[in-house]
Amino acid sequence: MQTPASFEYERATSVDGALASLQRLGSDARVIAGGHSLIPMMKLRLANPSHLIDINDLTELSFIRQQGYEISIGALTRHVDLLKSELLAQHFPAFRDAENVIADPVVRNFGTIGGSLCQADAAEDLSAVCSAVKAKAVIRGAGGERAVSMEDFHIGPYMTAVGAGEILTEVRIPLRAGGGSAHEKVERRAGDWAIAAASAAVWIDGGTISDAGIALSAVGLTTIHVTRAEELLRGKAPSDELFAQAGEIAAEDCSPSADGRGPADYKRHLAGVLTKRALRRAAARALHQEA
Amino acid sequence: MQVSITINGEQVSRDIEPRQLLVHYIRETPGLTGTHWGCDTSNCGACVVQLDGKPVKSCTIFAAMCEGHEVRTVEALEVDGQLDPIQMGFHERHALQCGFCTPGMLMTTRALLDANPDPTDDEIRTAISGAICRCTGYKNIVSAVRWAAEYEAATKQEASA
Repeated sequence: MQTPASFEYERATSVDGALASLQRLGSDARVIAGGHSLIPMMKLRLANPSHLIDINDLTELSFIRQQGYEISIGALTRHVDLLKSELLAQHFPAFRDAENVIADPVVRNFGTIGGSLCQADAAEDLSAVCSAVKAKAVIRGAGGERAVSMEDFHIGPYMTAVGAGEILTEVRIPLRAGGGSAHEKVERRAGDWAIAAASAAVWIDGGTISDAGIALSAVGLTTIHVTRAEELLRGKAPSDELFAQAGEIAAEDCSPSADGRGPADYKRHLAGVLTKRALRRAAARALHQEA
Repeated sequence: MQVSITINGEQVSRDIEPRQLLVHYIRETPGLTGTHWGCDTSNCGACVVQLDGKPVKSCTIFAAMCEGHEVRTVEALEVDGQLDPIQMGFHERHALQCGFCTPGMLMTTRALLDANPDPTDDEIRTAISGAICRCTGYKNIVSAVRWAAEYEAATKQEASA
């Protein structure tokens, strides 16, 4: 029987109330939303919070909406809602690609995007998707709100820029013309963590790639941002050869380790192949040529 | 802490530790042992119940998080001796052997049929992809869900005729 260590439970009725509790209780307090990342960690005693602040009643944090040239997603938005959102599928189809293969439909009914991002597991899919589409994480604390890039959000294995007394409230993604995105994952069986996964986004302007985002899951201690491959793509015309080169860079720049899901060289190979495939699909979507 | 949850239409209340999981609350407080406690890691799906109408894994939710919410367990499927069509389907198509996964399978597929009354085999397999059965190879489970879907469609047609 897996039993978490004892803790005190508190249900938040407002974001400000949750922040006040977190600030009062200090770094041993944690926010719980869907709990599908945190509870397994608590059962293994890898996480031992003294207090849990339950934010499931804060429905104001559950939304997917367009505001001007930006899509914003509330931190409490559940995986099932990300999967079903036509708005998100239209602008950033990588989310639907990923959500189709994140855990299983029952888990997706309760797990949230905020929980997934804050867990910051290197094998987690949405961290890579958000990195590729150049999302900003909005963090609220006593001093107000700040928006950080995903590079700055991921500060280490299972560590994020969300500090004690702070909450991730939403994710914002800028809308830019000519964009396409895709997520490619290989898993051993339905619902498992990735052996390796790659997210890619490209923005194409007049036949040239104006910007690109590439991030990898499960092939390093944190989500890997493949900035060297992004630089390679900028200013060039999309082609299979170019995407293959970007894949080679991704394979070089990741640092997988061998485990029950596979040996390191296999994962490195996958990182390259999946990067190439994700770029190819992202570009086809940007050009409205997806088969 | 005192936690009150409506389980199968009846309000249940008990003083528990905040760390008690929903699956244990259901099994211990009203004594409804139909909900099975399986892998404890949200992989096997034996503990699936419906929370406010949606199937969830009760081994990965604290009971305290369900305070004031509605839970429906496998015991609620049969009403006055009349089996739910999904239970009839599992019986007709021999969709269980040891039966350990069955409560979770039933609650998961009942929710599927409520949302999608005419699912394809692929949709059924996707719906139960978070539920593990070591006996049947899933074939008869898929067949049972199809049986229930067809039974419900026929019953509905009869009622409107």
